[in-house]
Amino acid sequence: MAIAASTREMNNVEAVRETLHEALVRDDRVLIMGEDVGARGNVFLITKGFLEEFGPQRIIDTPLAEASIVGVAIGMAMEGLRPIAEIQFADFIYPAFNQIVGEAAKTRYRSNGDYTCPLVIRTPYGGGVRGALSHSVSVEALFYHVPGLKILAPSTPADIKGLLTAAIEDPDPVLFLEHKKTYRLVKGPVPDGHFVLPIGKADVKKEGSQLTVVSYGLYAHQALDAARQLESEEVSVEVIDLRSIRPMDRETILDSVRKTRKLLVIHEDNKFGGVGAEIAAMVAEEALFDLDAPIKRLCGPDVPAMGYAITLEEEFMISTERMREAMRDLVNF
Amino acid sequence: MRTSATAATHFERFGLSDEQLVAILRNMLLQRTVDNRGFQLNRQGKVPFALGSEGHEAVQAGAAMAFARGRDILVPYYRDLGLVLGVHYPVIDLLLSMFARGADRAGGRQFPNHFGNRELGIMNISSIIAAHLPHAVGAAYAIRFRGESGRAVLASFGEGATSEGEWHESVNFASVHGLPIVFLCENNEFAISVPQSKQMHVKDVAQKAAGYGIPGEAFDGMDPLLTYDAVHRALERARSGGGPTLLEAKCARFLSHSTDDDDRTYRSREAVKELRKRDPIATYEAVLIANGIVSEADIAELQREVLAITNDATDRAEALPLPEPHELYKNVYGDGDFEPWR
Repeated sequence: MAIAASTREMNNVEAVRETLHEALVRDDRVLIMGEDVGARGNVFLITKGFLEEFGPQRIIDTPLAEASIVGVAIGMAMEGLRPIAEIQFADFIYPAFNQIVGEAAKTRYRSNGDYTCPLVIRTPYGGGVRGALSHSVSVEALFYHVPGLKILAPSTPADIKGLLTAAIEDPDPVLFLEHKKTYRLVKGPVPDGHFVLPIGKADVKKEGSQLTVVSYGLYAHQALDAARQLESEEVSVEVIDLRSIRPMDRETILDSVRKTRKLLVIHEDNKFGGVGAEIAAMVAEEALFDLDAPIKRLCGPDVPAMGYAITLEEEFMISTERMREAMRDLVNF
Repeated sequence: MRTSATAATHFERFGLSDEQLVAILRNMLLQRTVDNRGFQLNRQGKVPFALGSEGHEAVQAGAAMAFARGRDILVPYYRDLGLVLGVHYPVIDLLLSMFARGADRAGGRQFPNHFGNRELGIMNISSIIAAHLPHAVGAAYAIRFRGESGRAVLASFGEGATSEGEWHESVNFASVHGLPIVFLCENNEFAISVPQSKQMHVKDVAQKAAGYGIPGEAFDGMDPLLTYDAVHRALERARSGGGPTLLEAKCARFLSHSTDDDDRTYRSREAVKELRKRDPIATYEAVLIANGIVSEADIAELQREVLAITNDATDRAEALPLPEPHELYKNVYGDGDFEPWR
């Protein structure tokens, strides 16, 4: 990992913006396409000013049609461009499911390497922002089953820059998930210049000895807060930010679990068939006899989505307090 | 709709040389021979599956003649044997794919007739109907993005594909951006068993062009020269910045959808017999003979040649080994860092 000499403080949305801007400046093959990415500058203002700076050939306001946003980007990638396709909200990605799963993920494989698909699909996901049923979902579990795809969900500005740069330079299709509640909530130092993090590596955000917590996205921050609060109770929790959902860093998780002997997975996506299920199964297969307690998952409830009413949204979301209780319970098991 | 001009008395060669006219016939003959070979091998139990393009020979040979090899990009569908042959896709590669041999360009992974060859500019496709069309549009965007004038994309599909959302999204995107692409519909009136009347409420697929503000043209796809003319004009228009065109070649499917289909369950033998009266090969041979381009002896020689090529490719492909089982794990990702988890 290259560590740049200087850093600047910025929030997640600024980190996405800076990374995209640097990629556009660095590589003439890079272009951005999606709904409202041009004149509007994206609904979160991530690409504001890009149209004026890079022109309509590279900043494409597409027709309102997700399947072709991804599908046309696949064709561009197959013919040597480096498209970054944006799905305005992850909830709108379903029409593009065939293009992502049936096409992008299989382009290299079905041609035995004759054609490749170096494509990034960026999309904001996640709740806690009064987004209701169709502006709040998590979609990672729908895609992480699919070999041929890579799925990233970094949570800090530096990780966003390092991994989005890696995704843009990667030879294969990458689904890049940005938790929209962290966009302006989360700030941190970001290295200047060309900064790349390896895809497939989790990050131990806090070391601890009594419990391993694996999380990602917004909840990685809340889990870290909860773990720090528990230090005053002399409860020692290790917090791993998964960052890369596929490929998954099994080594970092297993090393940690073998040390702490307990595992709690926390994610916003619902529990059934979620990323936590895979982590739990993997740990059970590889390290069952190193465990001192059952594996626990603290996840979104198995309902179709969070409701618009604040009461329904809060019931869906997991508070830092609930995370703290779950950690304390498992340490005391 | 433009109908056949190949009646002997109205012969129009659209600027094609005698050699090109004969090359079209040779393509049609080779196409049918390779086609039949796939069905024969299936009946012999040597290959699990085959797809045929009988009845599509004219549209494909004519369209291929308009394609600029080494310059244009072809995005075919699975019934485009003649199109890829016309773009010099090696016959041996077709047989290697049928036999799923390790030496197949796709390593024995793809279904037969799921062509792809980057060197020849043939984009790799899946079996998902119309899913390749956004890719064709992306390729056309890449051509324009790089300012490569004189290049265009030729993308083909059956009439059933025009029901798919991705078809509409693709034609729309290409139209909005005025991209260098030709959409070629090979309308054989059946999507497996479903007739055109249950697929759409218009008579001609070409009418749909109006909804996108681009030219649409229907013609007799049983005539290779009319097809050549239409595709040539549309490609020239695309190459010179004139934007996309929707073409519709009216043709016929003489065989079942594939070796796994039985068309007796949904259409009568009489109906198929009627279709075969319009056999594009017999019609075109008669035209060439009537106009002194070839003799019956020349045709017999061409038939011997394409049969010898097909036999040779069959023997060579059959003799080669299947892919090693561990080939399954290759080319999942490009960086090679990820061992498949078993």
